[in-house]
Amino acid sequence: MSAMSVTEGVHATSRDFARQPLGKVGVWWFLASEIMVFGGLMGSYILSRIAAGGWAAERAHVNTRLAVINTLVLLTSSLTIVEAHAAVDADQRSRVRTFLLATVLLGCMFLGIKAFEYSHEIENGLTPASGLFWSFYYTMTGLHGLHVLIGIIINFSLFVAAGGRNFSRIQHRVEYAGLYWHFVDVVWIFLFPLLYLA
Amino acid sequence: MMQAATDAAAHPAHEHPQSFWRTYVFSVDHKVIGKQYMSLALLMALVGGLTAYLIRWQLAWPETPVPGFGWMPEPTMYDGVVPPEFYNALITMHGTVMIFFVAMPFLLGAFGNFLIPLMVGAPDMAFPRLNMMSFWTLFSASTLLMASFFVPGGAAAAGWTGYAPLSADAVFTGVNWGLNLWILALALEFGSFLMGGVNFLTTAINMRAPGLTLTRLPLLVWMQLTAAVLFMLSIGPLIAGALMLLFDRTLGTSFFLPQRGGDALLWQHLFWFFGHPEVYVVLLPAFGMLLEVFPVFTRKPIFGYRTIIVATIATGILSFLVWAHHMFVSGIDPRLATPFSITTILISVPFAVMVFSMVASLWGGSITFATPMLFALGFLATFVIGGVTGIFLGAAAVDIYLHGTYFVVAHFHYTLFPSVFLGGFAGLYFWYPKMFGRMLNETLGKIHFWITVVAFNGVFIPLFLAGAAGNMRRVYNPMQYDFLKHLAPIHQFATYFTIVLLIGQVPFVINFVWSMFRGEPATDNPWHANTLEWATSSPPPHGNFETVPTVYRDPYEYSPPGVSEDWLPQYTPSPLTGGAR
Repeated sequence: MSAMSVTEGVHATSRDFARQPLGKVGVWWFLASEIMVFGGLMGSYILSRIAAGGWAAERAHVNTRLAVINTLVLLTSSLTIVEAHAAVDADQRSRVRTFLLATVLLGCMFLGIKAFEYSHEIENGLTPASGLFWSFYYTMTGLHGLHVLIGIIINFSLFVAAGGRNFSRIQHRVEYAGLYWHFVDVVWIFLFPLLYLA
Repeated sequence: MMQAATDAAAHPAHEHPQSFWRTYVFSVDHKVIGKQYMSLALLMALVGGLTAYLIRWQLAWPETPVPGFGWMPEPTMYDGVVPPEFYNALITMHGTVMIFFVAMPFLLGAFGNFLIPLMVGAPDMAFPRLNMMSFWTLFSASTLLMASFFVPGGAAAAGWTGYAPLSADAVFTGVNWGLNLWILALALEFGSFLMGGVNFLTTAINMRAPGLTLTRLPLLVWMQLTAAVLFMLSIGPLIAGALMLLFDRTLGTSFFLPQRGGDALLWQHLFWFFGHPEVYVVLLPAFGMLLEVFPVFTRKPIFGYRTIIVATIATGILSFLVWAHHMFVSGIDPRLATPFSITTILISVPFAVMVFSMVASLWGGSITFATPMLFALGFLATFVIGGVTGIFLGAAAVDIYLHGTYFVVAHFHYTLFPSVFLGGFAGLYFWYPKMFGRMLNETLGKIHFWITVVAFNGVFIPLFLAGAAGNMRRVYNPMQYDFLKHLAPIHQFATYFTIVLLIGQVPFVINFVWSMFRGEPATDNPWHANTLEWATSSPPPHGNFETVPTVYRDPYEYSPPGVSEDWLPQYTPSPLTGGAR
């Protein structure tokens, strides 16, 4: 494992020009490319919607009430991960674990509500094959849901690691996980009005 | 952590014995990973070259048995004859393999990985394990793509651009699994280079040696970074598009199928929003290599270092605003064509700035025609033809006549082939001593260069003529049309040279393998070059540098006044102490 020690050493020296840890710079570049993935989807959605009429009728079948609840759930989870990060700075291990677990549970709750929505819509015959609106609806919320799932896995693994002996090693990672989680949240903040309100 | 850092800094070159698997297969060392990318790219280039041979044979002597391919089983080929379905798969796979599995792994994967940490004075990439993962993701993608030849229905046959609705429903090409695998392979390829891009950018932003400011960075690093940014900011919409295409094919969504309420043109927008910046993703690293080779073999500084950087960034920004010039005949609103014509012509301005700077860098230099320099000069000379014909195509009115013809085929081969192969080989011949610790044979290298450059022009100059005469692209047998029958000699001429071009790579393969074991041992700095990769041994040890180098000056101080030698490396403290070891 000598190969790893070579760069992990650089991490702690002050050769970094940007005065930011390597991991943070990497996460920011990753998120920049992610913005373009969702940006491409949303741009396609907006242009298709402008070009084609009759979407309002299809949109009427989505469950706005559940989506409002889901928005609140996700916003709350952003608060809990900020609290986890703050607890890392204060070196309070049990608080870190509590808030990471809360974030995981809120993420699961979001996915549960989303799954309920999906099943209800599919029962009513509204599947990805039901037209252009539903194609976009399922692709956009599905891709977002996949990101939520990945975030849950990351946060849960940090929750487990925070209980172990290597607490100091995960301190930066809580912040990076928070950046990603906020990004997932922001994507939803765009999807919610685009799909449910417009 | 600080203690670990000090230890690592004190013993960067300290090597522990590692198993064969950790050293050569699942290595986290950027130098090994760079060589892995290079091996994969050269192997895939063989696939790309063979598809080119089959395509060219069919165009020159349609529906006759291809020499050497009589053994291929039906229904792929019939006694060596390429059937129309396989021809479609061949042109699709030729484009896909050459762009995504040769050009990118060769120019970015191999040289970016090998050179960026060395040129910035870092011990490795910022995220070595991510680096390993990006290579193995690409390897999986290549395996999937090659596997697609063997599934029922054969490989993808909707063109390398995968235009919808042709690609959006299996009924149109008769290929179902081949195209699904094609989408998956591309998705993995995109993921691989996203990981690579994160590594390139983080390494060069954060891990530069003391004194290595942004305006002292070698131009190759600038070009690799710009390419990484372009890729990362343009690939997103196509990742979304690939997902949409896959769902159209498998879940019955209606994004790109007009009969279900979708829009086929949307795919073209998503594809070319990526596809045009992709041209620069390939081109800029090749330009970077040319710019490293020129000053070394002219013994004078680059002309207009900062101007080139500004022009590179301007090209990068403009490359996001030109994509619809690929769609002039696709049925877009004609009012859109003019703005995109203007931006397309505009992008030739920063490009011309770069090309003129390159020419000016040669002016008054004492030029040595070593093999890397020959390839670099050949690259510049042939690329200019590709650039100038691009201006024809950028003007919408001319493009409407030329768009679907062999003129376009010749044009983009004149931009991509010189970048990938002439530029790439310039880099390979130049950095081979650093990679493998031995020199390549100069005579074999020169034979390789002259055959390659002459044969390449022999293939594609005739195709400009065929295109101007109205010969359409993507036609299985052009000789079925009376008005094209007189072009048969032109196609045969191009095919003869394709065969010469392929055979011309044999000296290179011999040279590459023979020199690795029997070549003349290379010194640390065999070309008397200035940049940091020459400060360490050839090949560099694990961890790259015995001690972290300090940078004192610009990268291209050749023949500086008042110094006895004609080069002054970046890592040399004072001119009075003389040159490198």
